[in-house]
Amino acid sequence: MVRILLSGNEAVAHGAWEAGAAVGVGYPGTPSTETLERFAKLEDVYAEWAPNEKVALEVAAGVSLAGKRVLVTMKHVGLNVAADPLFTLAYTGVRGGLVVLVADDPGMHSSQNEQDSHNYAAFARVPMLDPCDSAEALAFTRQAFDLSEEFDTPVLVRSTVRVSHAKTMVELGERMRRPAPSAYATDPAKWVMMPAMARQRRLVVDERIEALCHFAELTDLNRTEYRDTSVGVVCAGVSYQYVREALPEASILKLGMTYPLPRDLVAQFAAKVERLVVVEEADPYLASALAAMGIAVSDLDLPKAGELSPGAIRRAFGLPEPELREADTSLPPRPPLLCPGCPHRPVFHALKKLSAVVTGDIGCYTLGALRPLAAMDTCVCMGASIGMAHGVGIAGGVGDRPVVGVIGDSTFAHSGVTGLMNTVYNGGAGTILILDNRITAMTGHQGNPINGITLQDRPSHEVDLVGLCRTLGVPRVRVVDPHDLDATRTALEEETAEPELSVIVFRAPCALLVRDKGDPYAVDEDACTKCAACVKLGCPAIGRDEQTRYAYIDTSICVGCGQCVQVCKYDAIVHTGPACDLGRP
Amino acid sequence: MSVTTVMLCGVGGQGTILAADLLAKVAAAEGLDVKLSEVHGMAQRGGSVDTVVKFGEEVFSPVTDPGMVDHLVAFEIIEAVRRVHYVKPGGRLLVNPSSIHPLPVLTGDLPVPHGLQAVLESEGAVFIEADVLACQAGSPKSANVVLMGALAYGLPFSQDAWCDVIARRVPPKTVEANLRAFELGRGACQKGECAL
Repeated sequence: MVRILLSGNEAVAHGAWEAGAAVGVGYPGTPSTETLERFAKLEDVYAEWAPNEKVALEVAAGVSLAGKRVLVTMKHVGLNVAADPLFTLAYTGVRGGLVVLVADDPGMHSSQNEQDSHNYAAFARVPMLDPCDSAEALAFTRQAFDLSEEFDTPVLVRSTVRVSHAKTMVELGERMRRPAPSAYATDPAKWVMMPAMARQRRLVVDERIEALCHFAELTDLNRTEYRDTSVGVVCAGVSYQYVREALPEASILKLGMTYPLPRDLVAQFAAKVERLVVVEEADPYLASALAAMGIAVSDLDLPKAGELSPGAIRRAFGLPEPELREADTSLPPRPPLLCPGCPHRPVFHALKKLSAVVTGDIGCYTLGALRPLAAMDTCVCMGASIGMAHGVGIAGGVGDRPVVGVIGDSTFAHSGVTGLMNTVYNGGAGTILILDNRITAMTGHQGNPINGITLQDRPSHEVDLVGLCRTLGVPRVRVVDPHDLDATRTALEEETAEPELSVIVFRAPCALLVRDKGDPYAVDEDACTKCAACVKLGCPAIGRDEQTRYAYIDTSICVGCGQCVQVCKYDAIVHTGPACDLGRP
Repeated sequence: MSVTTVMLCGVGGQGTILAADLLAKVAAAEGLDVKLSEVHGMAQRGGSVDTVVKFGEEVFSPVTDPGMVDHLVAFEIIEAVRRVHYVKPGGRLLVNPSSIHPLPVLTGDLPVPHGLQAVLESEGAVFIEADVLACQAGSPKSANVVLMGALAYGLPFSQDAWCDVIARRVPPKTVEANLRAFELGRGACQKGECAL
């Protein structure tokens, strides 16, 4: 046995590999991304990024139909996109084991909402396992494949950011040898979900859940730990770790399987403890389920939103607080920002000057909503920018302000194409900007159909964005280099003045992909007029001296992109040699 | 051995995640239970970040709370002040005094915070000039390893374990610079009376 430190995501990948999964497919999304990246590097597997989670799950359904085991990975909001196939795959069941990792983000470190995926398990009636650390992430994922085949159902493995992105000790095992799939036979009663067949499968789902309820009573996925019985805590996932730290003497019912729930086991546990409480993040999923079973749960004053911690549990139990140093709350906040040299920056700089109504989307470029660029009105979900821009247009617009939708390359491939087709089909107008930085950047640089880079470096094909937009029927399509500020401004002015629908593809690689950085620039204080035009770009390398008010450039992080040179009317931003010191403090 | 909690904080992109990984691997190599918790995604784009490493005989929660941290290693001075309340009374506070101004300060929306060094001094902080020492070591990007050197002075882990993990974890061309950075950080802490 090899004992190593692995993240929960990496552990899920190894669990799938040990279970003999032949294929992995998913769409990147924090906090799930590293799972498929790890899986793709393991021996004897095929892995691919899909353009979105719905496609990923559909591909997985095909793999399963062909009799192979398949892992699917996504973040919580990705499961909304994949919900359509999920609900019906609950009816069809599987051939090869099909396991979906869904990674929730309580606290919204990198997400637009805090939805709790437990609800999907109960809603779609698909079993769900909830590991509490990497060792369980591996073991539960491995077991999930067996459950999937034994009960003929997809299985959800739910993690949260503190499981996915926590590294804990794991023992790696061997890869299971899978027998060849049995001979394929067409089975419309199981796989063709038209009403007559679906009505029959609906009954199968009920029988399956009943069988899984029996399983839940007996499986060691669920376990009781009896210590002091004055308090009994029901919990799952990482909350278990917080309870163990905050209440080392409490008795615990740890649910490794959170759907379906073991009613008798819960009732037995409730009967043995004086006070029964539930500790869970996000939604009161377990508490509601226990209430529905008629089991009395005593109230606990835990935060209703965001993440838990051992401290939050200690406070809820009125335990003594640690002695605290004074926290300084007067500090400036440090929001995330676009990197130095980011090709998105000039686009938002120009949009702001245009006073456009900007419907935005999901990606690094959502940071264009923050000051000083502050040039985005909305961010809702993957692809929403295009539909919302059309909606604003058919509602008659907002005054005489131009309407612009902004979407990234990967997000366009994910959910933008159908929205654009709709705008064309219905004769909509407005301007759509596709910020094509040649990569899925925010999640850590994954390939996508637009750049034609695949997860296991197989030969592929780049989508011709311009050709695609023209084929959809967009009357005006052009490509602009966003690093050229004049061209960017001109293109935006011209296209937003046109009555027809237009698409501008702003194409320049993500600044983090550019290997050959230019020499940094510096400010010539003899020429600088302190106008701060450069500062309004919101580049983290540019600031204003507190005393003199001259602009300055931090040469240690300047990448020499030259955007600021173009906004300076006084030629005060000049080339220096290679960075030789650490720049300004 | 009870659980020791280390928090590394700084600005997204400063290398806190790699530094935390080194620490966690060293603790694991020394046979301890270890948990490390970090945040990816949005926060890594220049935002305020922290990573927690806990080690001991048996570790439960991967995250920590204010007042529970034994060693705070701050890669940037504003972030040090932002997290001071996490440090236990008697806990250790190692601070790189370099400052990276947040965007609201760069744009002039908010004033430059002053007096941070004095605040931290009054809390018993030890300042490690990590950026300067990293340059001396031959790689400006090794400031994170300088700080791990400083942290190492005061943790019960062998020099060999650290060197072994660093050599295996950093890019091959930078191994020597990183080992020098580690030594310089450790030395700075020795000189700086960086006792627990």
